Amino acid sequence: MTVGLFIPCYVNQFYPQAAIATLQLLRKVGVEVVYPSKQTCCGQPMANSGFEHLTQECNDLFLENFSRFDYIVAPSASCVLHVKQHLHSATDPAEADRIRSNVYELVEFLTDVLKVENLRARFPHKVGIHQSCHGLRGLYLAQMSELNTLPFSKPVHLLNMVEGLELVTLDRPDECCGFGGTFCVAEEAVSVKMGKDRVTDHTKNGAEYITSVDLSCLMHLEGILHRNKSAIKAVHIAEILNSTL
Amino acid sequence: MSSRENILAAVLKNQPPASPLPDIGFLKGNAVDVVAQYSGVFASIGGNVFLVKDLAAVDALIRENFDATKRIITTLPELGNSFELLSATADPHTFDDVEVAVIEAQLAVAENGAVWLPEQRMGQRIVPYICQHLVVVVAAETIVPTLHEAYGQIGLGQYGFGAFIGGPSKTADIEQALVMGAHGPITMTVLILDQVG
Amino acid sequence: MEKGMKDHAALAEAFINDEERVDWHDGALWWIRQKRDIASKQIPEWEDLRETASRIKNNVLSNLHDYLLQFEANATLNGIKVHWAADAEEHNAIVYSILKDKDIKQMVKSKSMLTEECHLNEYLIERGVDVINSDLGEYIQQLDNEPPSHIVLPCIHKRKEEIGEIFHEHLGTEKGVSDPTTLTRFARRHLRDVFITRRAALTGVNFAVAETGEYVVCTNEGNADMGAHLSEVQIASMGIEKIIPQKAHLGVFLRLLARSATGQPITIYSSHFKKPREGQEMHLILVDLGRSRQLGRVDFRDSLKCIKCGACMNTCPVYRKSGGLSYHNTIAGPIGAILAPNLDMKKHADLPFASTLCGSCSNVCPVKINIHDQLYQWRQVIVREGYAANTKVLGMKAMAWTLSSPTSYSTLGKAGRWVLNNIPFAVNNKFNPWYKQRDMPDGPKESFDVWYAKNNGHDSEKD
Repeated sequence: MTVGLFIPCYVNQFYPQAAIATLQLLRKVGVEVVYPSKQTCCGQPMANSGFEHLTQECNDLFLENFSRFDYIVAPSASCVLHVKQHLHSATDPAEADRIRSNVYELVEFLTDVLKVENLRARFPHKVGIHQSCHGLRGLYLAQMSELNTLPFSKPVHLLNMVEGLELVTLDRPDECCGFGGTFCVAEEAVSVKMGKDRVTDHTKNGAEYITSVDLSCLMHLEGILHRNKSAIKAVHIAEILNSTL
Repeated sequence: MSSRENILAAVLKNQPPASPLPDIGFLKGNAVDVVAQYSGVFASIGGNVFLVKDLAAVDALIRENFDATKRIITTLPELGNSFELLSATADPHTFDDVEVAVIEAQLAVAENGAVWLPEQRMGQRIVPYICQHLVVVVAAETIVPTLHEAYGQIGLGQYGFGAFIGGPSKTADIEQALVMGAHGPITMTVLILDQVG
Repeated sequence: MEKGMKDHAALAEAFINDEERVDWHDGALWWIRQKRDIASKQIPEWEDLRETASRIKNNVLSNLHDYLLQFEANATLNGIKVHWAADAEEHNAIVYSILKDKDIKQMVKSKSMLTEECHLNEYLIERGVDVINSDLGEYIQQLDNEPPSHIVLPCIHKRKEEIGEIFHEHLGTEKGVSDPTTLTRFARRHLRDVFITRRAALTGVNFAVAETGEYVVCTNEGNADMGAHLSEVQIASMGIEKIIPQKAHLGVFLRLLARSATGQPITIYSSHFKKPREGQEMHLILVDLGRSRQLGRVDFRDSLKCIKCGACMNTCPVYRKSGGLSYHNTIAGPIGAILAPNLDMKKHADLPFASTLCGSCSNVCPVKINIHDQLYQWRQVIVREGYAANTKVLGMKAMAWTLSSPTSYSTLGKAGRWVLNNIPFAVNNKFNPWYKQRDMPDGPKESFDVWYAKNNGHDSEKD
């Protein structure tokens, strides 16, 4: 099994440590990983702004980069969801189909494909999970509070394997943080208010770290934490799962 | 073309391909203890509920709980000796001073606490809305688990007007503070008539 | 957007300036969302019920022409006078002519979003007809000369002190009185006089049954009934999408409606109007107002399945933080944002963008409208039709070009971190709204690209 590592553009530039943790974690659990170096962006910022018609070249490039892999894995639920829903190809629709069903967010790849049952990781801190909406309601990484069905959570399943880690209970466990792609600047006031309120939920419930499957949410929350000189840190779930004993 | 024809033509042109009606037969409640369930739900929505053995007990309960010096009307002939039998032909405005109206429901729904009142049971349509306090007699054996069984019994219905009523008139429009008696009755009391029990 | 008109972002920012109010508004609506969760979880078959309701509504849309005819025929047999109105003007003219016929100069109206969409009150008042909204929240909004900010909770954005002040100014209550029970009691006495003296009453319609020709009106206050049963002329206004096929389907929708709206097991009053009272006239107006056009929009027709419970507003974090009036449309929130562009795409071009696409709306919707997918689709349509701001178009084109080309991306990336300079949230200058209240991460010493080129083969025992 060879996995193509899909590192979203802003993760590449701003959060290399999360990308490194993803690579190391996958290798640690025995997967062969290759990082195609010609990656740019999946096209989501354009598509969500109404410019899906401008994303064809991003799609073509994605196909060029990832056609040869059994699986494609990324430390970003949002980018994965975009590829799953909107990757199309005029020249090779069959391959686009195959990629759409073989692209995974890191956590679901670990739980659903690799069926990981233990991790040698230690993170002795109080951690609050920020549910990325695209991960929760798009990829069904956990059960959302809106539905009347049985609860489950893939991120919690993995975090429970981490020694010393204590999950904090939030008042609103799956409320959106307000990042929302270009929403974060187009609707700055609402976006920041939503982010501030998410941060407060974690703060008042005693979190030392906020973690998530999406760095875009974390970048927004971290930006607010940092501006307000908070001691709480944002950390991608890959970094926790890859933390050493 | 008239608006009617224009609208119908546009709808016909734009409506999607046929989509079949789903079967709703699988939707039914389970009848564990409908009297207990009904009582619990009705109390939770701000209603008062009593179990009574017969209409004589109804008479006594009303005298005990309401101001009998004010106007009390009823559609139940059995209570005609105690209270004013309401006129089906009076001008509806003349009920503005009614303190208590005592009427009998056709059925009640355990899951949501509502009683079903076709207009024949109301005497007049305005009665259960205009009175200050509403008292509804419900025979225990007419309580059904859910709305599905209720509509099953109501069928197409021989009425000009009918209503499910599930509690006193209420509003929470001012800062979500619950206030009973927005326009209609300030209290609603259901008397479950259980002659067997 | 029209020139000089504030868009959602600007109106929301103004609302957010009063943070204490926002926190209250957010908390009150979240509390209702929680009550909805509790109520829905008491019904084991809740998700099946939603699916069933959704499929009944699919059937309605696919058969609307015939159901409208069936409803009209049965309602007419019942003695209801059925009218058809293509647009707001025609609807308003019909109402006015009914009143004029009887020389009626005063009308009481219960909640009807459709008549808000039609601006009926303004139309009638201009013609000398006095209209009073009898739903308490709508009454307050009318006194304050504001439209409702929520379809179920019309004045949820107001604090009780403000309402006390409105009552003091318009109704002469004592200054400083803001207790909800006191104010409600006062309105009760005042509006009872209105009900007793009005010869005409207008209501909205929640459901109209094709099979029987009857229509159902749901309220908690009993105001629709107080008006209707004391009037000599009763008028009901309904959008053509409110039809349901059979009486038994009411069981499905009434189990969902109030639980979704407020967490109640059923609205206090679910009134089934079938025939006029002896001596009374009953009119019903079937209104199109863009519905038939929306029916033809394949990606958006499902919005017509809406039963107006407001659950999508209560759950929407953007709605909760920005207030209903920031949507500058009769129907606010997520559902409003997918209905409004159909009516006027230019005026409402901003609304589908007033969302993070978090998807909560679609998952609380009792008829399973894919609201957030439609928001995404409307964005594509609005851009394609040329209603997106020019600056946005140029920026996106430049971004698409750079991101689709690994050479330009990597060259620019090496030179100056292209992404840092071009991704909308990261454009690093003081005019970028990102930096108003947030920092960007400190640039790492090297990108992952660079790290991978250097380290691959050394960081893993496998390679």
